[in-house]
Amino acid sequence: MKQAGGWLWRVSLANLFFLYGPIAVLILFSFNASRLSATWQGWTWQWYRALWVNQALLDATVNSLWVATVSTVLALFLGVGLAVGLDSLPGRRQRQIEQAMLLPLVIPEVMMGVSLLLFFVLLQIPLSLMTVMVGHALFNLPVVMIIVRARLKKLDPRLMEVAADLGASYWDTLRHVTIPLLRPAILGAGLMAFTISLDDFIVTYFTAGPGATTLPLKVYSMIKSGMSPEINALSVLFVIVSMGLIGLSLLVQRR
Amino acid sequence: MKSSPPAGRAESSGPVASWWLLGPGLLWMGLLFVVPLSLVLVISFAERGTYGGIVWSLSLTNYLDLLHPLYAHILGQSILLAAVTTMLCLIMGFPLAYYIARAAPGRQGMLLLLVMIPFWTNFLVRTYAWMFILRTEGLLNTLLLKLGVIAAPIELLYSNTAVVIGLVYGYLPFMVLPLFVALEQVDRTLVEAAWDLYATRWVILRRIIVPLARPGIMAGCLLVFIPSLGAFLTPDLLGGARSMMVGNLIQHEFLVARDWPLGAAISCLLMLFVMGMMRWLLHAAKPVSRQEDAS
Repeated sequence: MKQAGGWLWRVSLANLFFLYGPIAVLILFSFNASRLSATWQGWTWQWYRALWVNQALLDATVNSLWVATVSTVLALFLGVGLAVGLDSLPGRRQRQIEQAMLLPLVIPEVMMGVSLLLFFVLLQIPLSLMTVMVGHALFNLPVVMIIVRARLKKLDPRLMEVAADLGASYWDTLRHVTIPLLRPAILGAGLMAFTISLDDFIVTYFTAGPGATTLPLKVYSMIKSGMSPEINALSVLFVIVSMGLIGLSLLVQRR
Repeated sequence: MKSSPPAGRAESSGPVASWWLLGPGLLWMGLLFVVPLSLVLVISFAERGTYGGIVWSLSLTNYLDLLHPLYAHILGQSILLAAVTTMLCLIMGFPLAYYIARAAPGRQGMLLLLVMIPFWTNFLVRTYAWMFILRTEGLLNTLLLKLGVIAAPIELLYSNTAVVIGLVYGYLPFMVLPLFVALEQVDRTLVEAAWDLYATRWVILRRIIVPLARPGIMAGCLLVFIPSLGAFLTPDLLGGARSMMVGNLIQHEFLVARDWPLGAAISCLLMLFVMGMMRWLLHAAKPVSRQEDAS
């Protein structure tokens, strides 16, 4: 198969070019001085500066940060509890629940958004930032659980047994042995959940009430009302923040 | 699977105490995932009130409405676009996954990371990037005009082609990762043996690699097909008026037309389709035992 090597490499390179080209284009043209055309007319920072003074954008950023923080904390509490508590169930039950928790990640996101909308409206819960937070905690819970459980399965069960043998109660063992050992996974899961929340559009779109505009909702409405270099600049900031956070999450989990 | 932790550590006060840990999470999922989805199912049998409300009833009207050519067309088109997307992802992703699977272990990690990084950037932003490239005054048209390839800008954006490009772009990593996992496990000595026996490259691919990598191929196809089928953002931003997909139809019924029962019926159909595909995959991907026989 030696001869195939060069061909494979070229196709792979084309794939990577396809994956990175559009992002590179976006970054490059966020510095383009021309407002309208896709022809290069010199460097400028002005689109980034325009973002900085856009009050609506700053408000949306604050909303997004709130939603991401609250939903991450919620998902961490519920998800870590679930991951750890699952160990006390019989093996078959564990696998059933683990598999069921994949479902929210697999079904089309529109389904989740619509079902939450229906739920809130039928219960007459007004849509607001709160409902967005609840929705985000919903799709982040399985993410947290899966990451934490992956780590949990790698831990040496003898460590917990020793603690129990030495007379530690279930809670003591949890607090002083299990949770500290899980800390990298919990931190990593938290960063991952935070990023997913910051980036989410669809569930937010269906569960946000008037005035509860998050950054992706704002970007969406900007795109809908016409292309502008400000959107390019904002997109670049998005790219940098998500990549940075995910990179950090992976780095933390590696320990 | 193998390492279900010993029950020993939980035995003392565990089972009772652990319900305090499990309870809230399970309750949360039940209340906000199971209940709302069940509500969608229930509502799909209700009827639309005169002012857009819900009239509780038990009828199949909404499902029968879906047989209308207009809706049937959108459903069919969604399946078609998702299928084309899946095929393209497979064709593009397979060589890449194969290349990564054969790379040195040190490079593997880096290459996989390279595939994943674009996936971690905001989906909205990635879709916007294609609008920027494909629109009439966009990068591609500008370039082609400058190079003299075309005399007048061509309509690329707001078409089914643009939707497929956006979907392939968004979900290619979903294809590459499971393919990589499967291809990495393919025993290389088998390929070498076939090579020694003068099998052509095509025969090796068809008779050895593809059958062995089948579970990964199926998983990859499913992971691309499902989100493509339910896509909302991509057809919304890149598609034209005629490239509406199921996701857009659901959104339209819920937020614009305010016909919730009909929207719920479409959602249920989509859900049924997705669940059916998953079940089928779990069955079809099972003959992993064949892989063991072969090696």
